[in-house]
Amino acid sequence: MSIDRAAVTHIARLARLRITESDKEKLAGELSDIMNWIEQLQEVETATTQPMSSVIEMALKMRPDIVDDGGKADDVLANASETADGHYVTNKVIE
Amino acid sequence: MADYELTDLTIAAARTGLRNRDFSSVELVQAHIDAGEAARDLNAYITPTPERAQTMAAAADAALASDEAGMLTGIPIAVKDLFCTQGVATTAASHILEGFIPPYESSVTANLWRQGGVMLGKANLDEFAMGSANVTSYYGTVTNPWQATSGPLKGKDLVPGGSSGGSASAVASRIAMGAVGTDTGGSIRQPASFCGVVGMKPTYGRCSRWGTIAFASSLDQAGPLTRSVEDAAIMLGAMAGHDPKDSTSVDIDVPDYQAGLRASVKGLKVGIPKEYRVDDMPPEIDALWQAGAEWLRQAGAEIVEISLPLTKYALPCYYIVAPAEASSNLARYDGIRYGLRVDGKDLVDTYEGTRAAGFGDEVQRRIMIGTYVLSSGYYDAYYLKAQKVRTRIAEDFRAVFTECDVLLTPTAPSSAFAIGEKMDDPIAMYLNDIFTVPASMAGLPALSLPAGLDAQGLPLGLQLIGQAFDEARLLSVAQSLETAAAFDKRPIRSGAA
Repeated sequence: MSIDRAAVTHIARLARLRITESDKEKLAGELSDIMNWIEQLQEVETATTQPMSSVIEMALKMRPDIVDDGGKADDVLANASETADGHYVTNKVIE
Repeated sequence: MADYELTDLTIAAARTGLRNRDFSSVELVQAHIDAGEAARDLNAYITPTPERAQTMAAAADAALASDEAGMLTGIPIAVKDLFCTQGVATTAASHILEGFIPPYESSVTANLWRQGGVMLGKANLDEFAMGSANVTSYYGTVTNPWQATSGPLKGKDLVPGGSSGGSASAVASRIAMGAVGTDTGGSIRQPASFCGVVGMKPTYGRCSRWGTIAFASSLDQAGPLTRSVEDAAIMLGAMAGHDPKDSTSVDIDVPDYQAGLRASVKGLKVGIPKEYRVDDMPPEIDALWQAGAEWLRQAGAEIVEISLPLTKYALPCYYIVAPAEASSNLARYDGIRYGLRVDGKDLVDTYEGTRAAGFGDEVQRRIMIGTYVLSSGYYDAYYLKAQKVRTRIAEDFRAVFTECDVLLTPTAPSSAFAIGEKMDDPIAMYLNDIFTVPASMAGLPALSLPAGLDAQGLPLGLQLIGQAFDEARLLSVAQSLETAAAFDKRPIRSGAA
């Protein structure tokens, strides 16, 4: 599986990573090498195998549907780069 | 006692010394702070916390005086900087978490402090725990306290392994008595092997992941790095346990691991998986592996050759599953809520600029792989296929554990290499984890312990893999192996002794 510059551009956009034009070529080569190496998985017979959903067999625990924590808006916002009136501040998203 | 004698103690010995009032926790902790200062060039810590350590040590001395000691009261411990620590900068060794100060404490570290442990500082690691040499940290490379005594590596600075490289380097160099690390595909065991210490990854679900910065959530597990198997048993007992805040932490009793160390290996069946005998394995590692089997046989265990046919597929399978989960987990670093922010002309530009500036090359590579294998049109061929292969890997292990009780393998295919090597070849770097990843994919507990030196004078580890939640037996077999190996070598950088 070869990953070309166009694919790198597409994946980078999906991942919200800005990659410089000069890095795209290098990354296309590295990702192609890695994916070619991973390709050997296709040799494994899995026609009747279920995909793993939990590595340890366990029943997820239930808990009462009650609020037991909260009221910590200041803590939540403490690490934000910009806040106003108890909110995060982002770039304008609605024109 | 002289400082170098204090820093040389095991946790078990230091607990006795503290309880007998041979020395105070304040003295013990200060000896480690001073040793850490003298070894700053190893770069084992990103953020040392000497003032907090001394406050905690004073509280430990008060608890000891009133006979209220916990399992780790007064013991100085390094914490991999992947665990959130309330009020102390937590970086994951990434630029993108610059300035982040958690308003909460991770469950594993909270358990350690509840048992009286003392935090010496936040240990260096590969960025977001992605790496096998501790060379991807934004805060610089960590140096292994061991040096080659002969051969081409002589005189060169060596990697400590990774990703828990700072934790392993700190324990080996006697600037921490023990450390907590995390292991996703070998990140505790491989650096333990490179640095000549004991490193243990418990069963997935044994320790809470709450408050640990996520890399690959179906694989990540916290565990101890120590200088003896007994110390690993003590630390694991303090760290482990059910946590309502992590739905994958398992609600079963935590045994007294230290008491369980007395169990005999007589009659146990130790499996030797033939697929781990890879073509280009150095003869010294093969010889040590055979010696390990012989030691256990002499202790009364039966050695059986077993087969894990899917072994060679575990690593490529891991390099789909782990990056896929990482790409999802690391989507949260958006520049808005915490950490670095690089403002752009619009919101997407802010996201892309922040993430480009904040993540290093290896992290970006893995986000790209993960995004690709999860993307429309490729999900079934890669991600779904990998999850099916992972089921078969786990089935392989389940099958062999009907024939034996524990597995013995080498931990890593080499000893420590020079800083700078394998930097331009991601796959060569990934192959460091060829022996550690399979147990991770199956969620099983595994432990590396130092078993000998190679011809260059560098430590080599042997790995034991156990059945799910059978850490007690794993530790008792490890102690038998430790006794037989009688590994008493120490790195050149380990204090005055």
